[in-house]
Amino acid sequence: MSDVIVLAGADERDLTQLAEYRAVGGYAQLERARGLEPAAIIEELNTANLRGRGGAFFPAGRKMQFIPSKEQIPKPHYVCVNADESEPGTFKDREIMNMVPHRLIEGSLIAAYAIDSQHVFIYIRGEYLDPFESLRAALDEVRDADLLGGVTVVLHRGAGAYICGEESGLLESLEGKRGQARSRPPFPAVSGLYASPTLINNVETIATIPKILELGGAEYAKIGAPPDSTGTRLFCVSGNVVKGGNYELPMGISMREVIYDLAGGIPDGRELKAVVPGGSSMPILTADQIDVPLDHDALRALDTFLGAAAVIVIDDRACMVQLGLRVAQFYMHESCGKCTPCREGTRWMVQLLEAIEAGDATHSQLDLLLDVCDRILGKCLCPLGDAAALPVASYVVKFRDEFRAHVDQGGCPFGGESSLEGLFAPVDQHAHHPVVEEGVPA
Amino acid sequence: MARAFADEVRVIAEQYPESRSAVMPALRIAQERHGGWLPPEALEEVAEALDLTPAYCKGVATFYDMFHLEPVGRRLVEVCTNICCGLRGAQDVLAAFESELGVRPGETTPDGAFTLRAVECIGGCGWPTVVAIDDRHRLNVSAADVPQIVQELRDE
Repeated sequence: MSDVIVLAGADERDLTQLAEYRAVGGYAQLERARGLEPAAIIEELNTANLRGRGGAFFPAGRKMQFIPSKEQIPKPHYVCVNADESEPGTFKDREIMNMVPHRLIEGSLIAAYAIDSQHVFIYIRGEYLDPFESLRAALDEVRDADLLGGVTVVLHRGAGAYICGEESGLLESLEGKRGQARSRPPFPAVSGLYASPTLINNVETIATIPKILELGGAEYAKIGAPPDSTGTRLFCVSGNVVKGGNYELPMGISMREVIYDLAGGIPDGRELKAVVPGGSSMPILTADQIDVPLDHDALRALDTFLGAAAVIVIDDRACMVQLGLRVAQFYMHESCGKCTPCREGTRWMVQLLEAIEAGDATHSQLDLLLDVCDRILGKCLCPLGDAAALPVASYVVKFRDEFRAHVDQGGCPFGGESSLEGLFAPVDQHAHHPVVEEGVPA
Repeated sequence: MARAFADEVRVIAEQYPESRSAVMPALRIAQERHGGWLPPEALEEVAEALDLTPAYCKGVATFYDMFHLEPVGRRLVEVCTNICCGLRGAQDVLAAFESELGVRPGETTPDGAFTLRAVECIGGCGWPTVVAIDDRHRLNVSAADVPQIVQELRDE
């Protein structure tokens, strides 16, 4: 069996065209699904053990089962497809929408049928113009071919806000508001879009559904690293590798294989220093940890996550304090500003990291930085705060000597030669909330 | 003109259970009609079309990076300076644009032709450096490519 699922057929044919997609069995599963009981579809996804591909790894079938019936909550039910892919290192949903837009639409329509919904919203990040046009063209074809079955599908473009990839920020934005996180409960399954039951799934999760129905859940569950990490992922490989790009591979493949066999290894004769396994919000791995299989359990055992399967490869030219600073600046910029630990904590992180990088920090401020991270972790309305604190704390813990060297030498030991030297953070070009000048915390 | 805009927005609003959901698409269209940014009258038009207040529309617009509340150049050149592009030399690409265009990130050339911005990750990390020109992504851009890119844009 071929281990390409989501992008299957896209190498040989132009699957952006409806006729081509139908030639490889496209929309046959939608037709079949509409003849089944919704519960049978959900059962198939549970058998497949399909987990959320946006990063949280939540069982997709169970998420559908959380949606109350129309008798329980007599309101319209909504499907929201999260195409607001914005995590640094992640560019897989872009590929899916560019290459197999019909598979995403077919999956969306199956999901809508499974939860008795007539309304699909696809929230696509504003920066993705080509993927938006690809989806729009595919949707026009589907509408003309009368495949929607009474379901409305709306493509809703974002306008540049990382937080809208977080489900509650996405819902706020889709309702025409600032994309600030909501406190939960209630959860979207019960009270989501317009306070109605709402299913929210990532693009890759939804685009996997047609193939699961085609293969059968049990067959699909044999791919990858069962029982928990079944199926394939689109691994987004970036950073210091010869051949960056998306690689659809079964889960459980080793990080070493991905970096060296598929992505061609580290260029310019440099040494591997560290790897981020799942996107910028994930704790980092050191070079001696890359024999880890890329599945959920194996990465959990190393205190990190597969996340959105974004593998960022970092060679020995990079200063880890600069990496931490740039990551913290990103999250500070993208914090919606609603809850205090995230809004203030990310700013404290940036100020401390600036002081460390400048050589103005003391050793106790390294501990203060970890303390600030700890005061963010698990204390925010949404995962954005954790997304800043988790990775940066891991850099301090795993590269403590390098952080200490900044303090001891009164400056960056790379002396201006780090690959990340002088990286411009556009925080002051556009702030989501007023930027207040503050001193460095002592 | 304002009438045509209101009609266009109304058609979009009908796609949603609540018309307020159309505020982002409406702001996008208004921005295109007003030369790439949102002057006060653009916010008033959006408010009028959707039965909202201009203050509300401004509140939404200020949240999102792609809505501009100050004038921008005719072409928008945006260079990703997040970590994946940064590991591969985005700094040099940005510096090359600064030198070719004669402006700093966030500034517009005196002739109004270009606005240069550094931006957070725009989702092309495997093909660094990613440069968006009016939202079309150019991949694998190196500093050496920049003079030719700018020349092409000037010739268009």
